[in-house]
Order: sequence, then C-alpha cells, then structure tokens
Amino acid sequence: MLAYVAKRVLYMIPTLFGMSLIAFMIIQLPPGDYLTSLLSTMADGGQNLDEATIARLRAQYGLDQPVYVQYFVWIGGILTRGDFGYSFEWNQPVSTLIWDRMGSTLLISLASLLMVWAISLPIGIYSAVRRHSFGDHAFTLLGFIGLAVPNFIMALTLMYASYRFLGQSVGGIFSPAFVDAPWSLAKLTDMLSHMWIPVIVIAMSGTAAMIRILRANLSDELSKPYVITARAKGLPEHKVILKYPVRIALNPFVSSIGWVLPDLVSGVTITAIVLNLPTAGPLLLRALVGQDMYLAGSFILLMGVLTLVGMLISDILLAVLDPRIRFN
Amino acid sequence: MMKPDALLSVRNLSIDFHLRTHVLHAVRDVSFDLKRGKTMALVGESGSGKSVTARALMRIIDKPGRMTGGQILLDGPDGSVDIAEFKERSREVLAIRGGRIGLIFQEPMSSLSPVHTIGSQIVEAVRLHRRVSKKEARVRCVELLRQVEIPQPELMADRYTFEFSGGMRQRAMIAMALACDPEVLIADEPTTALDVTTQAEILDLIKRLQDERGMAMLLITHDMGIVAEVADEVAVMRFGKIVEQGPVDDMFHASRHPYTRQLLDATVKLEGGAAGRALPASLAPTFTPVLSLRNLTKVYGAPSRMFSRGSSRGLVAVDDANLDLFPGENLGIVGESGSGKTTLGRMILRIVEPTSGSVTYRADEAASPVDVTALGKADLRRYHEDVRLIFQDPFASLNPRMTVKQIIGDPLVISKGMSGRAVEARVAELLGNVGLDPLAMERYPHAFSGGQRQRIGIARALALNPKVIVADEATSALDVSIRSQILDLLLDIQKQLHLSFVFISHDISVVRYFCDRVAVMHRGKIVEVGDAETICTNPSQPYTKRLISSVPNPDPRNKRMLHRLRADQV
Repeated sequence: MLAYVAKRVLYMIPTLFGMSLIAFMIIQLPPGDYLTSLLSTMADGGQNLDEATIARLRAQYGLDQPVYVQYFVWIGGILTRGDFGYSFEWNQPVSTLIWDRMGSTLLISLASLLMVWAISLPIGIYSAVRRHSFGDHAFTLLGFIGLAVPNFIMALTLMYASYRFLGQSVGGIFSPAFVDAPWSLAKLTDMLSHMWIPVIVIAMSGTAAMIRILRANLSDELSKPYVITARAKGLPEHKVILKYPVRIALNPFVSSIGWVLPDLVSGVTITAIVLNLPTAGPLLLRALVGQDMYLAGSFILLMGVLTLVGMLISDILLAVLDPRIRFN
Repeated sequence: MMKPDALLSVRNLSIDFHLRTHVLHAVRDVSFDLKRGKTMALVGESGSGKSVTARALMRIIDKPGRMTGGQILLDGPDGSVDIAEFKERSREVLAIRGGRIGLIFQEPMSSLSPVHTIGSQIVEAVRLHRRVSKKEARVRCVELLRQVEIPQPELMADRYTFEFSGGMRQRAMIAMALACDPEVLIADEPTTALDVTTQAEILDLIKRLQDERGMAMLLITHDMGIVAEVADEVAVMRFGKIVEQGPVDDMFHASRHPYTRQLLDATVKLEGGAAGRALPASLAPTFTPVLSLRNLTKVYGAPSRMFSRGSSRGLVAVDDANLDLFPGENLGIVGESGSGKTTLGRMILRIVEPTSGSVTYRADEAASPVDVTALGKADLRRYHEDVRLIFQDPFASLNPRMTVKQIIGDPLVISKGMSGRAVEARVAELLGNVGLDPLAMERYPHAFSGGQRQRIGIARALALNPKVIVADEATSALDVSIRSQILDLLLDIQKQLHLSFVFISHDISVVRYFCDRVAVMHRGKIVEVGDAETICTNPSQPYTKRLISSVPNPDPRNKRMLHRLRADQV
C-alpha cells in the first residue's frame, strides 16, 4: 500500500513539471506582455511614457529576458523560496494574493463537494433500488433541471430570494462588517449565512451528475450474482444493498474527486463573479486579461496541482476501497 | 409419529412475471418433493423456469416476478411451515435463507463479492444464524474451508476472490452455503462454468458433503451427463411446467414424454455417436496442410516492463505448439481453461502476436505457402478473408446497434467493396445457408435467441467464402438441443463449402461429435494429437486419460466419474 502511494507520488513529479511548462506557455501565448497592456491602458488615459522609461520598466520586471530564462527564474523561485513571483497589477507578491484566494476557493469547493456527496449518495441509492418508481422519476426530473439551469441564473435567483425574503446581505463570503474582523462565533455564523448560496449553486449540477452516475452504476451492480448470494445468506435487504452493491458502485463515486475538485475550483468562476466571492476564479480572469503573467501562471499551476492532488486522493481512496486495485 | 418422507414439498407453485406488455407465466403449477439425503435434478433448457423455481424456495424472486400461488412446505421439528405464506422480507424467511436452505450457483467468478475477503463473507453467513463471537465464527469458517478441501484454510480465509481460481471460488461458495448446516442445498448449475476435471472434483465434493450431512439437494442443470452421474430423481421442466418426473433410471431408460427423449437425444455422447461422416480423403499424408503451425510459442508479460518485480520469465501461454490442419478437416483443440487453447486459436489469426514460431498458410494445393507471422497489414487483411473466427458468446459478439444485414454484410462491404443490392442478395443467401429467414435481415440482434444469434455469427464468418474457420467455444453458451443443431449446421456447411475447422472447446463430447482429429492441450503444451475416436476411447497420454475419465456419462447405469482417474493417480 505504501509502495503504491509512493509510486503515485513519484509519478506526479514529471506531470507537475509538464504542467508548469504548459501553464507558463499559455500565459506567454497572447502577443505582448504586461507592459503592452499597461501602456495601452495608459494611452487610453492620455498618458505616454518615453522609450527609456519603458525599457527600464521592462528590465525591472525581467520582461527583456528570453522566455526560458523567465520560466526558470519563476519556477526556481517557487521551488527554492516558495516565491511565486510578483503581481504587476496588484503590486504585491503573488503568494500573499493567492493563499488568501485559494483558501476561500478550497473552503467553498470542499463544502460543495461534501454537499454533492451528502445529497447524491442517498438519492442515487434510492433511485437505483426503486428504479422507475414515482420517487425516482421525481428525482430524475429535479436532477435534470439542476443540470440544465445555468449556475449564474441560479445564483441570481437565490440572491434575490435571500435578499427579498430573508433580508440577508448577499454576495461575498462575509457581511461588510466582518470582512476584516478577527475570527469569532459571530463571524462564523455570518460566514455560514453567506456560504449556503454559493455552495448550493456550485453543488447543484455536480449533484445531479453524481446521482445519475450512482444510479447507473448501482443498477448494474444490483443484478450481479453476488447480491443474490448475500440475500441467500439471510441478510436483511437494506444490509444486502449497503454492504455489497453500494460498496462496489462507490468506485466511480470516489474517483469523481479527481475531476470534481478542479471542476469545482474552475467552474465557480462565473458564479463567483455573480456572487462577488473572493475566490480564485475572478482574480485569475483579471490576471489573464491584464497579462499579469506571474499571477496567472501561478494560478494555473496551482489548479493543476489541485487536480493532481484530487487524483491522488481518489486513487488512494479507491485502493483502500477496492482490493482489486490495491493488489494489481 | 413417523417423520414424513419429504423434507421439502413444493405444491402447485406458480410464478408470474408482469412485463410491460404481457404477463409471463414463468412457473406453472410445479410440484415436487425433496427427500433427506437424496438429490433431485431439475433439468431443462434456458428459460424453462428452473432457476426461478429454485430461488422461489428461498423467496428470492427478481423484480417483476411474483408468486401467484402454491405452497412450499418445509418440514421441521415443530411440524411443517409454509414458506410461501411468509412475507418476502420477514424474519422467518431471513432465518430460512442460509439457515435451513443453502444456495450455490453458477458464476464462480461473480457470485462472491470481489471487495470482501472470503473469510469475512463466510463469517458473516455464520453470524447471521448463530449467536457466536467473531472469533468462534472465524474458527468455524476455517473448518468449513478445510471441509471443502481448500489448502491452507487459515491463510486462504484472508484472501480475496480474485486470488482464487474458478474451482476454488466454487469451493468457497459451497463452504458459505453450508456455513449453518442447512437441511436443503440448492445447487443451481454449480459446475457449468468449470472444466470437466474441476467439475468432477466439485461434484464429488458436493456429493460427499451431502452424504455426510444427509442434506436434501435440488440440483439444477442442463447437462444430462451430470444428472446421470449425481441425481436420484429427475424432473424435466419446459416452459415453466414439469413435463415429466421420476427416478433417474426410468427417466433415462423409460422416459415417456417426447421432450425428455428429445433432450436425451440431443445429449452428445462420448462413446459412439460421432457425426458419422466419411473422413475426408485429404487426410492421407500426401496432402499438404492448409495451415501449419511450427514451434508456436506465446509468452505473456515477458520481462520488459519497467516495474516488473523479480526476474520472472513471464507466463508461457502456449509452449512450442506444432499442428497441421488439412483441407476439409475438423481439428479439435481441447483442454482445461488456462491450457492455452484460446491463445493458440488467436495466434492462428494473429489477433495475438506469437512470441516465436511460425504459421504457414496455403490457400490450395497449387498456391505457394504464405508465412502468416511475417505478413504486412494489407496481406494480413487478405489472409483474414480466408481464415475467419466464430466467437463463443452469441450475445456479446454481435453489435446491438447494427441490423443483421449490416452485421453480416460488413465483411462484404469492407473487403469486397460490395454495396446496395449485391450485399442484400448475398446476405439473404447466407441467412438461407444458416437456416434463418432472409426477411430477418432488417432486424437487430436482440430480437433473436442465443442459437439464432450464433447462426448469424456463422453467416458472418461465411460471408467471404473462407477456407478455414476458427471456432472458439462456438457452442459452449448454447442449450443442448440448440448445440447439436448448430453442430449439424456447421457440418452441413462444411460439406457444401469444403471448409476446414479449428474447433476449440472444453467440452470433449462436442469435440468427439464434430472433429476428425483432436489435439489435447495441457498447460500450454500439446500433449497428444490423434484421431478423435482414439483420443476419446483409447488415449495414450496420462493427462488425456484423466481428462476423458472426468467427462460425465449420460447413463445412470454406467457412471463414469466414480471411477475417474485423479491427478494423483496418473
């Protein structure tokens, strides 16, 4: 088991290296650099910088170096000092900007993931066991609505409802009064009262998809001979189902962490903009638009890392859950 | 009061399946008795309702099915109880399941959970019916595994099912079914998926355990050979009804119902009863073989991978095989599963690349020999027009989204570039050849039964006028009566088209019926080649002797398996 995990971790290293290359290449792809976009913004405002200043700035930011030198400076900083570079636009080190945002992103993502599981597991089992019953059809309908409604519409609707009927402040993770306040019980309650909207919105489509997956898998497993074996032992029906077919149908459920996690992280962008959440998505968007290359690159890299970590977690869980994987 | 003779009596049992369009009477008015220490065989073809009947005794009926009437009387110390009266999920039924009636069934590969250890599954069964601690249950589990002759039971209890072979799993399954000393054992095709030698061992085991415990057994099977070897009484089921029942000897030697006789006639016998055709003249040594295999070897997992542990030289699936196939000949390849027969068949077609050795193909006497192992892509495609494959599973080998016309016509379109009317005409002709209505070509495979599907598969193989057909277990998935029909069809086609068959099968009786010569494979090696008659009646190699002696004989007066040769005796 340990060897298995170690092997997995080892495999991650070349993948990470490839990912950092791709992340860097992506942010270099658009023509020009941060200065070009800065200059055009300034030119729009009627300001003009002379050639010497531009050259000085370019040298200061390291933009006059060849691309591969820039890459090694960036990746070297990350590896040796945990320094992700400097955000031109925010005039702050990328790391301070990112950890803040990544923290709230992870928080919302994990809360959503838990909600996805908490809802889809029982419903999926119910739908599979009572296939084609009224309840199954009702959940299926709800599920498809959940899949079909765009996140931002859902977000707007919930925001309106929450403001109009519950009188809550909406948007963001905290009320304005608590944003800079130290942690306290009141701040926590405030956070929870804000969190439910993004969590519901973000979890909704994931839940719907997961119900379908579990239903399909479990339906296949329910007719397998080992289920009859379990029944023939004299095991009560609910135990038969929970102990045997559900256990095996959980495999795709668990492997979903691998793709749900990055999906949640990146998929929340639009929702985050609508809801004004301090998560990574909106920041990444601005960084890309402004060609704030170190910020954007670091974000892309971190999302890649998250994906890999998600895959790793799901692989380990799978191995714990299923001896067939552990032994091969 | 004397104990009544019957331990379990089924009276007028009826089960309906409420399907979307109609009600299917799966079981109609079935009555029979199971006696202590005796074995009752329920025989019939697939769909006859025998499995449903057996499971109904434990009140396990799949979804749209419902018991509509009848009694299932189980005799006990406090008089008999009617299982049919209890609710399906009631405590009484749960206590009977596994407690008084045990079930073992066909799929040794999937009837145990792959994610729990064997031990934990047996311990669970013990603790469901006995108030014992985990430790005691574990002791019991090890004892059970020992009884079913699993070596090193303490160790094996902690293993998972996928670490067991098919025969071992079936033993574990038996151990589980017997965990709480049931009085009735239902064995639903317990050996169908096993090799003859393993089958003989498992049947021996079941018989011994039954005798020791005085259990009543309900044995469900489609194999008349097993019935003759094991059963005391026989009930023949057809379309949900028992058409005839009685003592085993009467059924085999004095059956009255035509269906019973039809079943018996369809059972191909090992002795005599070969297809009775003249051996092709081409078997004379002057003829050149159409296919020659020389030193053909396949090693799986040769040590070239990065993370392979140790210096294992890989699994030798086929070891230095030499065979000739003559024009117009049927060459059988028999062996247990894992003996390499399927790999050999696939190497002939180069679906599996041989590790070493050669396959030489000669289209006819005049043609120059072609080295198949050295063919390029285009030449290999031409070779595949001449040498074709028929698969085992008639359900999985036809694309469910293609019509029969598309399925059969596909090789014509791909290789011959035919289209439109020409394809249609040829498909109609082929369907006629295999005994199907040409009008069926617009339908999809799901509309056909297993036997009909296999005919479609054969028509597809014939589409390009091949010279050689490799049939890999082509009749294994079929019922006995259908099986003999398909075999006769193949023989018929052979006569018309002058084909050669490589017929791979684990069923020696079928090979005996169909083949002129037989090659026996064991652990990757061809141990014996000879004409079918000699191999089946007078084999010279010890392994062949053991194999042949394990084949059940469909005659209760001449039980062969009791006198079979075991591995340690040869």
